[in-house]
Amino acid sequence: MYAALWRTLPGPAWVRVVILLVLATAALAALVTWVFPWASATLLPQDVTVGDS
Amino acid sequence: MVGVVGELLITAGVVVMLFLIWYLWLGDVIAGSAQNDAGHELRQQWQAEVPEEAEAAPLIGQPQDPSLAPVIAEPTADAERFAAMLIPRFGADYVRTIAQGVGLQSVLNDPETGIGHYPGTAMPGEVGNFAVAAHRTTYGAPFNRLLELQEGDSIFIESAAGWYQYAFRSSDIVRPTAVDVLEPVPRQPGVVPTERILTMTTCHPLFSAAERAIGYAVMTGWYPREAGAPAELAAPASAAAVG
Repeated sequence: MYAALWRTLPGPAWVRVVILLVLATAALAALVTWVFPWASATLLPQDVTVGDS
Repeated sequence: MVGVVGELLITAGVVVMLFLIWYLWLGDVIAGSAQNDAGHELRQQWQAEVPEEAEAAPLIGQPQDPSLAPVIAEPTADAERFAAMLIPRFGADYVRTIAQGVGLQSVLNDPETGIGHYPGTAMPGEVGNFAVAAHRTTYGAPFNRLLELQEGDSIFIESAAGWYQYAFRSSDIVRPTAVDVLEPVPRQPGVVPTERILTMTTCHPLFSAAERAIGYAVMTGWYPREAGAPAELAAPASAAAVG
């Protein structure tokens, strides 16, 4: 999978490394911004108030 | 084919590890600092509203009797921000905004708020019980260290008018259904209040919703903004100016 991705990318090795770093950063940002908060709220609900809810 | 499955599994493992790092630590560092920034912004707005002639006011004010403090009007709009909470034991930069309501999406999970006021309970400065809730873990975790507070620790509620000083009194662990902690005299329904109480509720144990940790404080002093900030809040700034 990652080998195929490496072959698909254009340019010399250092350009591919830069592209991969950008992709990894984007993936991490997406995880922290959307996926992790969603997982936290859905799988591990927190309730801090007293009452019926 | 086997190689692809293996790579997917490794990727999934890395994502789960990243999630745990975010969930247990990094997420609260990021969200907490965003909430502190929002709180500082609010403080600066209030300070900027001080009239020019009062600018020469002393940096450090003297506490006045709690009965002199103006009662903040309870906001009618949900999620409206009306005050900030400062707790010196949690660090000099701990400033979390308090908004009306305890809705998760509207207030408690909000990246710029963090602390919610139970609608219908008293407001700062009012005789009765000013009850608030906040996360103990995740979403900036404003009350993460609630149970580390010690008797007598100062808790300041800051508004445009000034600082309401509360002294931490005690903590308690209760069931999630214990709504009587919100009574004007906590846990004593029907009793007429004579003190200005602050009640903080959060989850307990850590990362669980099985019980609630409660912190109680009582109002001990009032500092009008034009007469200067409490020494505990002014000290770090003035010390830095001297040094």
